Amino acid sequence: MTPLLQVENIAKFYGARIGCTDVSFDLYPGEVMGIVGESGSGKSTLLNTLAGHLTPDRGAVRFDTRADGLRDTVTMSEPERRMLSRTDWAFVHQHARDGLRMNVSAGGNVGERLMAVGARHYGDIRASATDWLGRVEINEDRIDDRPSAFSGGMQQRLQIARNLVTGPRLVFMDEPTGGLDVSVQARLLDLLRGLVREMGLSAIIVTHDLAVVRLLADRLMVMKDGHVVETGLTDQVLDDPQHGYTQLLVSSVLQV
Amino acid sequence: MIRVEHVSKSFTLHNQGAAVIPVMRGGELTVARGECVALTGASGAGKSTLMRMIYGNYLTASGRVMVGDLDVAQAAPREILELRRHVLGYVSQFLRVVPRVATLDVVAEPLRAVGSNEAEARARAGELLAQLNIPERLWQLSPTTFSGGEQQRVNIARGFAHPYPVLLLDEPTASLDATNRATVLALIEDAKARGTAILGIFHDEAARDQICDREVDVTRFTPGLAA
Ligand SMILES: Nc1ncnc2c1ncn2[C@@H]1O[C@H](COP(=O)(O)OP(=O)(O)O)[C@@H](O)[C@H]1O
Ligand SMILES: Nc1ncnc2c1ncn2[C@@H]1O[C@H](COP(=O)(O)OP(=O)(O)O)[C@@H](O)[C@H]1O
Ligand SMILES: [Mg+2]
Ligand SMILES: [Mg+2]
Repeated sequence: MTPLLQVENIAKFYGARIGCTDVSFDLYPGEVMGIVGESGSGKSTLLNTLAGHLTPDRGAVRFDTRADGLRDTVTMSEPERRMLSRTDWAFVHQHARDGLRMNVSAGGNVGERLMAVGARHYGDIRASATDWLGRVEINEDRIDDRPSAFSGGMQQRLQIARNLVTGPRLVFMDEPTGGLDVSVQARLLDLLRGLVREMGLSAIIVTHDLAVVRLLADRLMVMKDGHVVETGLTDQVLDDPQHGYTQLLVSSVLQV
Repeated sequence: MIRVEHVSKSFTLHNQGAAVIPVMRGGELTVARGECVALTGASGAGKSTLMRMIYGNYLTASGRVMVGDLDVAQAAPREILELRRHVLGYVSQFLRVVPRVATLDVVAEPLRAVGSNEAEARARAGELLAQLNIPERLWQLSPTTFSGGEQQRVNIARGFAHPYPVLLLDEPTASLDATNRATVLALIEDAKARGTAILGIFHDEAARDQICDREVDVTRFTPGLAA
């Protein structure tokens, strides 16, 4: 089977400071990978590098494109990369305001993504937006409201709808449940679990919350100081951690 | 269906002076189709550890852990997940509950994962929950708030929903009343009869005698204890 994403020896520095380095892995279709590690360990740097928001200092990020198979997204042209990020990738930010347009209606936020990939028929776009608001448990009568009137959990669900409406194949998520109340997190996680399964999505989820990866991720990658210290099947890494740092992470939470 | 060859395992506690605790050496085991094998040995001898190694939940340091054609000791995460979806079931000692998911869905999930249609999956889940005396009024609730005994029965129902060819059972009858215990033993007998290879840990000696064909004492593989 061809990997959907093939990451080879990626490194990103900020001047002399390591963002992340020596990262390699293959992600297969339908796989969900979690990236964990404490604050400053390089998770967001890695995710943004994979998603084409940052240019790595070395290494390759090959994506299995629909037209031409594996292509290095680091060296492809900017318009090509932008097209991929509209059609095949999605990026869910920790702060909904970074992923939403706050002065556009909820329906508009979802519809805009469809228009960006060529949808033109108003009725279809509206119907699709309504359908997606329903799927993320936002009442239809809120379609014309702006996200600024929504709660944090609702904003995050709207961001997910906006991202998934175009049927991406790979979803990047940076702390998607960060900053939400525990009960709101549970609802969001449950929703994400269902969507990932239903749509057969591949996803890379960055979080510092081990309960989140236990629920969502098939595989885990543990980062420390910009390096990957351990990888493996999620339950194996959490229940039988090999690296001292992972053992520390696992033991410092009461129940995962 | 299960063939464990010369496995070893130790735990290194890096944050406790890098203490190395050897827990298994020279582990050997086979379980054939339609056979039920019991793991025995005192508490702490390594029964659950060996079972978790077979499930891929604990890493195996050396040796082979064949389940069907796959060496779990060497397999990639996605190969193990595929094996777990179709071939290898595991009823752990405790149910790990997912918040907000209804009991009926918790039990139906393994069937959905292999592509059963929704109606069939739910019907089978309901059938098992009824057999295990989980009142129907609880089926739409999350098992989070259930009693320990109820959670264990939900866990068993989930483990038996899909007819896995290989099944691992870690103390499935612990803390069950006589009626539910009999139901679980009947489920195990049925699985055996249709050819399932079963590896179990049973404190309940009578249960072990009733359903197991052989015993393997893991004390033989406990470093420092082996003769
Ligand atoms: N824009 C930046 N400029 C300089 N250093 C940065 C920048 N972004 C991140 N870093 C540094 O890179 C390292 C990794 O950060 P980050 O990827 O944000 O970690 P995480 O997401 O795991 O918290 C940290 O040392 C951080 O201070
Ligand atoms: N994740 C773990 N980390 C460290 N030690 C462990 C872990 N799991 C089991 N052990 C140790 O391995 C030994 C065997 O335990 P276990 O397999 O649970 O025994 P049994 O099931 O026979 O009672 C015990 O000494 C136990 O403390
Ligand atoms: Mg970050
Ligand atoms: Mg045990």
